[in-house]
Amino acid sequence: MVSKHTPAPAGPRDAAGAARVPGQAGGGRRRTGPSKHPQPPNSVLRALLRALPVGPSVVLMLLFLAGPIAYCVWIAFTDLQLSGQAESSFVGLENFRTAFGDEGFINAVWLTLVFTILSSIVGQNTLGLALASLMQRASKTVRTVTGAIVITAWVVPEVVAGFLLYAFFRREGTLNSVLDWLHLPSQNWLYTLPILAVSFANIWRGTAFSMLVYSAALSEIPKEITEAAEVDGAGGWRKLWHVTLPMIRRSIATNLMLNTLQTLSVFGLIWAMTRGGPGDRSQTLPLFMYEQAFKNNLLGYGTAVALLLLLVGALFSLVYMRMLRTEV
Amino acid sequence: MPTSTLTRDTPPPGPPAPRRRGPGRRPASRRNSRRLAADLCLLLAALAFVLPLAWLLFSSVDADSGLTARPPTDVTWDNFDAVMTTDITFRPLLNSLILCGSATAITVVAAALAAYPLSRYSSRLNRPFMLTILFTTSLPITAIMVPVYGLFVQINLIDTMSGTAFFLASSQLPFAIWLMKNFMDGVPKVLEEAAWTDGASSMQALVRVILPLMGPGVVVVTVFSFIMMWGNFFVPFMLLLSPDQMPASVSIFELFGNMGSVVYGELAAFSIIYSAPAVLLYVLIARRLGGGFALGGAVKG
Repeated sequence: MVSKHTPAPAGPRDAAGAARVPGQAGGGRRRTGPSKHPQPPNSVLRALLRALPVGPSVVLMLLFLAGPIAYCVWIAFTDLQLSGQAESSFVGLENFRTAFGDEGFINAVWLTLVFTILSSIVGQNTLGLALASLMQRASKTVRTVTGAIVITAWVVPEVVAGFLLYAFFRREGTLNSVLDWLHLPSQNWLYTLPILAVSFANIWRGTAFSMLVYSAALSEIPKEITEAAEVDGAGGWRKLWHVTLPMIRRSIATNLMLNTLQTLSVFGLIWAMTRGGPGDRSQTLPLFMYEQAFKNNLLGYGTAVALLLLLVGALFSLVYMRMLRTEV
Repeated sequence: MPTSTLTRDTPPPGPPAPRRRGPGRRPASRRNSRRLAADLCLLLAALAFVLPLAWLLFSSVDADSGLTARPPTDVTWDNFDAVMTTDITFRPLLNSLILCGSATAITVVAAALAAYPLSRYSSRLNRPFMLTILFTTSLPITAIMVPVYGLFVQINLIDTMSGTAFFLASSQLPFAIWLMKNFMDGVPKVLEEAAWTDGASSMQALVRVILPLMGPGVVVVTVFSFIMMWGNFFVPFMLLLSPDQMPASVSIFELFGNMGSVVYGELAAFSIIYSAPAVLLYVLIARRLGGGFALGGAVKG
């Protein structure tokens, strides 16, 4: 029975602030509750009872995440097809051998590389940092307006963003109108340089995240340090290179990692803009995987591609965890 | 999509450098000109970012909309009127709401339950568990959609709202648990010990003491999960087949997929209607997520 007086005294409501209380994380030597609290005699049983609330999450994640991943590992080694054939048989490394001999696959790997490097590592990361550091100096109104616009691009659903940028890059779209107005040559971007167009789309959509990360990081650099650098005669670039960047090193690493992982799995944006086309000139790995599995009905082959994608992701994820290791 | 686990860089400890005065101090006029330059650069960037959005806003009220962003000559609400039908707007949005609403509910309840022992009891398993969760948050979910499709066909969950909702919830769970646990760590343990003394069970303490105290944290997890699912295209695209179950993120393709013959004004109008909930909800939690990026602080671990 709960006493009627227990609930919610007007305590610290600011959970975001409160959550930053240091040293609360790992638990360490935490008291296990007063002795009045009913405790089963057996300590193993007690530990199990305590872990019970984790159950639903564990079951869900085992069923819907671990299950498919295990299934993925199995299917990737079979010749499972979607239609016709009922039985599938184990084909060993055949799917992977096919992949590395498949021009379409190699093409997709290249495009994924271009897409990832261009849009996440160069685009979102650099532009995010530039915007964040400009914001440090800009007036409040401009900062607020720019921030709101960039963040709106981030919050809009993926498919809507895809349509917007499709309209932007079309021959009769906004970009060409602007170029015409500036007397610059215009062209059909989605046809001539589709991978560039989808990369820009991804920059448009994802920069807000980097901007937020870097704004937070920059605002934590004590003013005294940058001022001291200025007094010592450091110009803008030298200050950036020797003072600012080393101080936000960890944020850069984390941000790069998250951007890369996100960009690696972009599907809807490219699908809405080009469907991977024209031909296969903007077909990154996720789209290639989809096409093999569903258009060509090669579920086994598609899954092998998925497994490779998952491995790359897992590799990045491990590096990322190592970077955070001290933090957890 | 921003699942994120961020850290802040803490400056090295030590005495702050003394603030120097005199000749090294920057004159005010120079500071002003630097601010002006920064303002101009930012406005230019904002212009580049706003152009695609401008197309959306202009076209939606333009009687004669094309693909170029230009102020409408003939302002009209006809586009909105035209898409306000059961097939185009109401059913897909209702499907989205059911799908994302139930998935969010599953996520938040499961995450709150899981976060409780992780935050309250120390166990040797906590750290490996949290590390696994962290690892999972960064796995590309896109990659497993093909095997998930295969699995769903085999266990007859394909083309069911419930199966799709459970999968969406599971894919969001790792991040939700991570976030929830860190918010929960911020609630002092003393308060729930008081509840225990009064005879409450740990579950009662969770529901009546801890969750109300971390209300803003629960709101952030809920809204964030909902926004992520609302915008998710690939999962329902793969797992749902019948048109009358499609959420807005997929139905928009069925309706406007072949851009060739599309009425751009109606596409724009529907896009606005479909985006509005996500944008509005984001504004609701923006100060916690955005300002100083509290998410980063909360996620620090």
